[in-house]
Amino acid sequence: MNPLARRRIGRIALNAAGVAVFLFAVFPVYWMVATAFKPNDQIFTTSFIPFPSPPSMDHVQRVFTKGVGELPIWQYLLNSAIVALSAVVLGAVFALLAATAVARFRFRFRTSFLILLLIVQMVPAEALLIPLFTMVKRIGLYDQLLGLIVINVGLTLPFSVWMLRTFVVAVPKELEEAAWIDGAGRFTTFWRVLFPLVAPGLVATSIFAFITTWNEFVFALTLISDQGKYTMPVALKFFVGQRSTDWGGIMAASTLMTIPVLVFFLLVQRRMVSGLVAGAVKG
Amino acid sequence: MTQTSTLARGGADTSAPSRRGRKRTRGSGLSPKAVPYALLLPGFLVIAVLLLYPMYQMIEMSFHKVGLRQIKAVNPAPADFVGLDNYESVLGSPLFWSSLRNTVVFALVTVALTLVLGTLVGLLLDKLGPKMSTFVVVGIMAAWATPPTAQAIVWKWLFDSDAGVVNWLLNLLPDGLSRLLFGRSDWSGQPWFNDTSTLYLVLIVAVVWASFPFVAVSVLAGLKSIPSELYEAAKMDGSSAARTFRRITFPLLKPVFSVLVVLSIIWDFKVFTQLYLLAGGTTNRDAFNLSLWSYAEAFGGSSPKLGLGAAIAVVLTVILLLITLVYVRQIVKTEDDIR
Repeated sequence: MNPLARRRIGRIALNAAGVAVFLFAVFPVYWMVATAFKPNDQIFTTSFIPFPSPPSMDHVQRVFTKGVGELPIWQYLLNSAIVALSAVVLGAVFALLAATAVARFRFRFRTSFLILLLIVQMVPAEALLIPLFTMVKRIGLYDQLLGLIVINVGLTLPFSVWMLRTFVVAVPKELEEAAWIDGAGRFTTFWRVLFPLVAPGLVATSIFAFITTWNEFVFALTLISDQGKYTMPVALKFFVGQRSTDWGGIMAASTLMTIPVLVFFLLVQRRMVSGLVAGAVKG
Repeated sequence: MTQTSTLARGGADTSAPSRRGRKRTRGSGLSPKAVPYALLLPGFLVIAVLLLYPMYQMIEMSFHKVGLRQIKAVNPAPADFVGLDNYESVLGSPLFWSSLRNTVVFALVTVALTLVLGTLVGLLLDKLGPKMSTFVVVGIMAAWATPPTAQAIVWKWLFDSDAGVVNWLLNLLPDGLSRLLFGRSDWSGQPWFNDTSTLYLVLIVAVVWASFPFVAVSVLAGLKSIPSELYEAAKMDGSSAARTFRRITFPLLKPVFSVLVVLSIIWDFKVFTQLYLLAGGTTNRDAFNLSLWSYAEAFGGSSPKLGLGAAIAVVLTVILLLITLVYVRQIVKTEDDIR
């Protein structure tokens, strides 16, 4: 075989492998969405029906009107959104202050604090579950969204500080020094100079915190028993347990839960990698 | 005292009255030395109250008998100190060995598969043209982004005994081949979730599916950071593809791999959400891993044993922290900025 033909076959094989990886990754997600739009007779069949034909809105409509349990799915989406957004806003303030401290100042416990950040990220959340459960019970935050908000701030903060730190470091210090020389105070320098430049990083960090909180399952499962306060992951679990055969409805609810994460994810995927591998990739 | 040193120290400790006036207009009332601590304080308090103190409490609880009466909101009974009793019942329980086996075997298999598949896909992405590469990256993002709850539910549906796609696919295999490989040809109605081994098989597939994209994208990022001159030089010297990988790619990506290995081990050791949903809660004790067992003892039954659950969590945390130390050392070594 001549080298040109061999190279062409090699390229075709590579592209075929690429398509195979794509299909393996995407098919389960596609199947979730497709099932959500299939009428029941196309769901409960032993044959393979690749597309919903014709697509049916029955399941989506049902989870919105009749709902999951007694409540429309709006309720759970709303609870999830309240918890995630509040935790993100609170967490962003703490993270920005702490990240500025470790990125802009040299002080005695700086290294210790950074190592602490790494270690606490590794502690399994399930291990904190038992003591936090008793703490939340004792201070009367059991069955309250506020309890979940506070805990999610704690769970996401170490990674947020770790990630945001690199964004603060990237802003040239000279800009702040110039503002300082021009007579700006500490707060003005921070608010008018540093903050606008760090804002994109803050957005990316907040999106990660949002995704983590939106997906959080085990604390929401343990700290909430009132159905009206379920977040989406717990509502889904409840749905599966209660009507395990309503696959159309379950898939419609899963799709609704996945959409916001998917959108956010595509926005920030690049930074996720650099944040997690944290400097290991360095030429 | 010179002008610059005054500026560097934030305008404090000035002697000239004219400067004192300016200091008042921008004063934050803090000495420059205290500023970083003031910035750090709120975040540190959150971490201390929500992460460090509970860690201490977890250890303390593991030496006590803690049940419903001890966690009442009003007027709780004091917990009895039981010494190492909880640890003795953990280590003496047959559930300990089955949970440990499930945890370790699952983690080893999943980490190995995730890393191999992820690395291969990373290398593939590097070889593909820009359009095809973007196409595949967007595709694998979909798997990565799916929330763990939805992951478990979707795979439960794909492996459904009656209408699942997997059984349909297995039925497509030629009967002879299927019998040769699995000893059977008819897969209709095959239940995947009754037996612990097949349940874990599905769990492995689901977790590998969701976690290989991260490895692939990280490996791709690492490959992009290797200067192309190295490859050109290797090519000029007539190095084979395998030798180039062994001598150039792998050594340069070693820090990436060590971080990926440790992160994957940590994530897979404590898998909870997907297992909880695939196993259908805490009824199937044979399917417990350490996380699920700890949860089941503390919250699963009508008489919660929080002390015992805490002891299991301590065992899991100790294992994880030992693995974590490797990771922390790696990070401290590679991040110059941390010192």
